Amino acid sequence: MIKIRDLSVKYHGKNNETLALDKLSVDIGAGDIYTFIGPSGCGKSTLLYVLSGILNDYTGNVSIDGRNIDPKTKRIGLILQHYGLLPWKNVYQNVLLGVKIKKDKQGLDEYSHYILKKLEIDTLLDRYPKELSGGQQQRVAIARAFILKPDLLLMDEPFSALDAITREKMQELFLEIWQQNRVTTVFITHSVDEALYLGSKIVVLSPAPGKVKKILENRCFQLDNLRTRDEYYAMSMQLREIVSSKG
Amino acid sequence: MIKVFSKEKWRGALYGFLALIIFWYILSLILKLPIIPSPVAVFINIIQIFKSEIAVHVFYSLGRILKGIAISIMLGVPLGFIMGYFEKVDKILSPLMYFSYPIPKIALLPIIMVLFGLGEASKLIMIVLIIIFQIIITSRDTVKDIPQGTFYSLQSLGASKLQVFTEIIIPASLSEVLTATRLALGTAISILFFTETFGTEYGMGYFIMDSWMRVNYLDMYSGIIVLSFMGFCLFILIDIAENYVCSWR
Repeated sequence: MIKIRDLSVKYHGKNNETLALDKLSVDIGAGDIYTFIGPSGCGKSTLLYVLSGILNDYTGNVSIDGRNIDPKTKRIGLILQHYGLLPWKNVYQNVLLGVKIKKDKQGLDEYSHYILKKLEIDTLLDRYPKELSGGQQQRVAIARAFILKPDLLLMDEPFSALDAITREKMQELFLEIWQQNRVTTVFITHSVDEALYLGSKIVVLSPAPGKVKKILENRCFQLDNLRTRDEYYAMSMQLREIVSSKG
Repeated sequence: MIKVFSKEKWRGALYGFLALIIFWYILSLILKLPIIPSPVAVFINIIQIFKSEIAVHVFYSLGRILKGIAISIMLGVPLGFIMGYFEKVDKILSPLMYFSYPIPKIALLPIIMVLFGLGEASKLIMIVLIIIFQIIITSRDTVKDIPQGTFYSLQSLGASKLQVFTEIIIPASLSEVLTATRLALGTAISILFFTETFGTEYGMGYFIMDSWMRVNYLDMYSGIIVLSFMGFCLFILIDIAENYVCSWR
């Protein structure tokens, strides 16, 4: 369970301060996928930086299972929009970066092999990131996060740089792997479709500075053939309305 | 992926070398002056005296160059990294750096020689003093240029400072540091030549100047060719190292 209470973040520019998040409060239940949706510049990424321990300059309270965020003790899987792969490491080394930093046993175990196979990157292990397509790079980033066996998975618009067909494939694949261990996931997106497809709960944020506008239970989550159903269409309309409404 | 000196590059180097020699040969034929001997005579001279006379000087010069570059890298790279990574350190050291960078260090040679004597120490100090700045500044700037996002993955994993250095900072800047070393190498050879003209009886600088004094132009040219070839070999070594460690580019 992640408890966020009155989280405010200010960025200090040269002559001015910008409020990125304004007293944001939300509880994120264990074992759920929460999609956060909001207009660009509403502080979605900032929220993720706080949760991953990258940004420490904030006010308010953020705790995971009753304890402060500490990436040293918690296992946090972070997947960024531009993949966050290290260009000087090949796929194998990138995939194992997480477990290397955590000083786990080195090398790929059975589970890692399963993940690599599932993501179809098991044949690319000695390639460098620049030799991969965007979709392949993103699969490497996902593999790295899952192989870490994280307590918390944070994803910052991970599929937004991909073409539509690859994106849908990646979303399916992600859900399939997620099913196996149901790790608590915070998923940032600006796409209504993605928020509905991936989130068991949907948090709508207001334009800058980010506040929680509404938290929705996603009735459509994990229905078969979701994108062709009436429920999906109805939810999609409702969500669009909330996202674009004022106040 | 690793391309250690492609065929094209070799062909280019050979072409450049031949063009230079031909130009030199023509010049020697036209001018017919003792100060411009024929390249053929010089190469024959090199073959005749390399083992007996030149080799020992090459050994000394190469030693000084390698030591000078090694010391500069060992001191300069960590200092540059620290300045690049920790802004507070940079704020304190940068003004010092900018102030002392434009001082022509070669002009300090008399002071260095009085303080450290005429021997090896002064020569090394001169080389280090002149090339270390390039290496510090390049290392610092490369670290500063690493996009902030690159650090995020590691920060979210709770990596230690040491891990950030070994996983990101060192691999990210290695190629730039090697490029700086290559630039420094050219400078280092010039300084080496200058410092070897006094206070020693060994080194290519000494050999060339001594040949000149003896009005033995064949020896003098042989020395210049050998010194140039030495520089060329070091250049290639850095090239190979760069190709090897930066195969990911």
